[in-house]
Amino acid sequence: MKTLFDKIWESHIVKEIPGGQSTLPGGQSILPGGQSILYIDRHFIHEVTSPQAFTGLRNRGRKVFRPSQTFATCDHNVPTREQDRPIEDPLSRIPIEQLASNTKEHGITYFPLGDPSNGIVHIIGSELGITQPGMTIVCGDSHTSTHGAFGSIAFGIGTSEVEMVLATQTLLQSKPKQMLIKVDGELSNGVCAKDIILHIISRLGTSAGTGHFIEFAGSTIKGLTMEGRMTICNMSIEMGARGGMIAPDQKTFDYVKGREYSPKGELWESSVKRWLELRSDAGAHYDAVVEIDATAIEPMITWGTNPGMGMAVNGKIPPADSRLAEKSAVDMVVAGKSAVDMVMAEKALDYMGFKGGEQLLGHPVDYIFLGSCTNGRIEDFRDFAGLVKGRRKAPGVTAWLVPGSKRVERQIEAEGLGEILREAGFVVRQPGCSACLGMNEDKVPEGKYCISTTNRNFEGRQGPGARTILAGPLVAAASAITGVITDPRELVNATGSDNANGSDNTTGIENTYNSKSANTK
Amino acid sequence: MKRNKFTIVESRAVVIPKDNIDTDQIIPARFLKTTSREGFGENLFYDWRYDSSGARIEDFILNTPNGEGTILVAGRNFGCGSSREHAAWAIADYGFRAVVSSSFADIFRSNALNNGLLPVQVSEGFYSAIINHSKSNNKTTLKIDLMKKEITVEESGDSEKFEINNYKQECLINGYDDIDYLLSNIKEIEEYEIYRASSL
Repeated sequence: MKTLFDKIWESHIVKEIPGGQSTLPGGQSILPGGQSILYIDRHFIHEVTSPQAFTGLRNRGRKVFRPSQTFATCDHNVPTREQDRPIEDPLSRIPIEQLASNTKEHGITYFPLGDPSNGIVHIIGSELGITQPGMTIVCGDSHTSTHGAFGSIAFGIGTSEVEMVLATQTLLQSKPKQMLIKVDGELSNGVCAKDIILHIISRLGTSAGTGHFIEFAGSTIKGLTMEGRMTICNMSIEMGARGGMIAPDQKTFDYVKGREYSPKGELWESSVKRWLELRSDAGAHYDAVVEIDATAIEPMITWGTNPGMGMAVNGKIPPADSRLAEKSAVDMVVAGKSAVDMVMAEKALDYMGFKGGEQLLGHPVDYIFLGSCTNGRIEDFRDFAGLVKGRRKAPGVTAWLVPGSKRVERQIEAEGLGEILREAGFVVRQPGCSACLGMNEDKVPEGKYCISTTNRNFEGRQGPGARTILAGPLVAAASAITGVITDPRELVNATGSDNANGSDNTTGIENTYNSKSANTK
Repeated sequence: MKRNKFTIVESRAVVIPKDNIDTDQIIPARFLKTTSREGFGENLFYDWRYDSSGARIEDFILNTPNGEGTILVAGRNFGCGSSREHAAWAIADYGFRAVVSSSFADIFRSNALNNGLLPVQVSEGFYSAIINHSKSNNKTTLKIDLMKKEITVEESGDSEKFEINNYKQECLINGYDDIDYLLSNIKEIEEYEIYRASSL
């Protein structure tokens, strides 16, 4: 009886080195006992974590071993306006120029700025059909876990490991432990995939997944679209897990079919036949199993400085001192909490300018960011546009709407979402990682609040002193309209809105509320 | 690539007693634009070392005499967040040889080991003992012996064994890395590719 993970892992082992063995007799050579040489099917690279790997390769006098299995894009550093113009900041321009010359020198496919296939690495992989079920996929980026939504083993690596994959198409790996997270039950209206994963992380904490690979399963996960599943797997790293994965099904195959790099013809038929085997056997062993009741999940926001510090949008920040007083040390250990967590919470609240026990509904916000590898796909833009349609952006709010790729950007216009967004006072920018990590000029100023559909609310992540509140696209849209932290369900219930009854649907966009959220269809 | 060999490191413990120190704190993203591996040390913990005007924050440990040492001690889940190896480069470039914590994020651990920076995972109890010692004494000196896989607080004599994969131990002691090993297996890798192509 094997898990989905076991099956893919085992089929990619080039060589297993017996445990305990480290030095050959005579001390001539050393062997990585207990580890395996794992073959890597697909390797994505971008401008920030690859230059030093190419330099390393050059210093060893090596060529890229399998250039056709590596794909490159620039995303982290790129501006989100006037991408046709030269990048002014030399510090941002140089890594991108190096990526262009490195990929050219080694014969690697590169989707440069402005290319119709350019975009965030974890958005374009699936769009182009490069990401497929049953594969091992790596990238020098922790959110590589996103690709696990297709039933692949996908994980982030460091630059030394990027060099290893370039040089040998393999990595030396120990098999991780495995965790099953089963989510069952119907989602309430106004709840999207992002809320599910923020809910899970707020329950389990940011290190619950350390040393593990997570398989997400259950009726709620099965009910999600591929894009919703990608949002879930994307944030598995925020629980400390190496990656997350979901068994492929008909939805997966339908998504992959017909894309540029997808298998075609007979190869397609044989691939689907093989992919149908990619599921965990009944009774397969996991090192940890967690069950989540989806009916209890509400639209979520974070109040602190790590993604585990989350709550329902209409909830109250847990008062740190009362939690200490109410719970015995044993309770806290059981809940995975320690007195240190409480100290951390106080420090986080101080950074955010919030107080324990405070409700955040109605708290003013300065910035809204829709985008990133977590929520920069077309369904996220449909959700956002569906809610702001016929309304106006609040005057004091700066909104950055950044599509995850050129393809998403084109689809926004093709579906008429761009028009709806512009009428509501928004501007759609050009694709890139943008304000998710503030490497380009899209930085949130010190002390300002940003409702962000991204994955990390660490101190200074969006700019020095920036205060990030993570949320899904619906909370972001509702708050963009009101200028304060808003429960999206309130706007639905408001009278006089075109969106409230779903009958006025001139753009072909499904009404967000009658269908919960786009990514649960 | 041959790296500095690691056997025994003895130093003042530079203690930052915080949990979940993420890679954005270790090296903020805006400093990741350099395309070499060098020079990241000057921006290590930048937003904790300097305020928004660029002035030194005098009481942050790296700006005090207690910040002089080659062993960093920090709270659990150290290095969580991004996969940026720049975090390990920054710590090593600043001059640290080892990081001591009660747990490490997975990717950070690999990155550190791939750069000759030793992650020493100690028990929560031993971590607390280091913290408590450093609170009540001017100086806490740690000795990390990679051959014996042992860490000792020199002033108190407290010591604990730590785990490290024998292979990684050998790599650090001898200055080898994984690429050397993988490149010696290219023939097996090519054989695997042929076998796999035939089985699909």
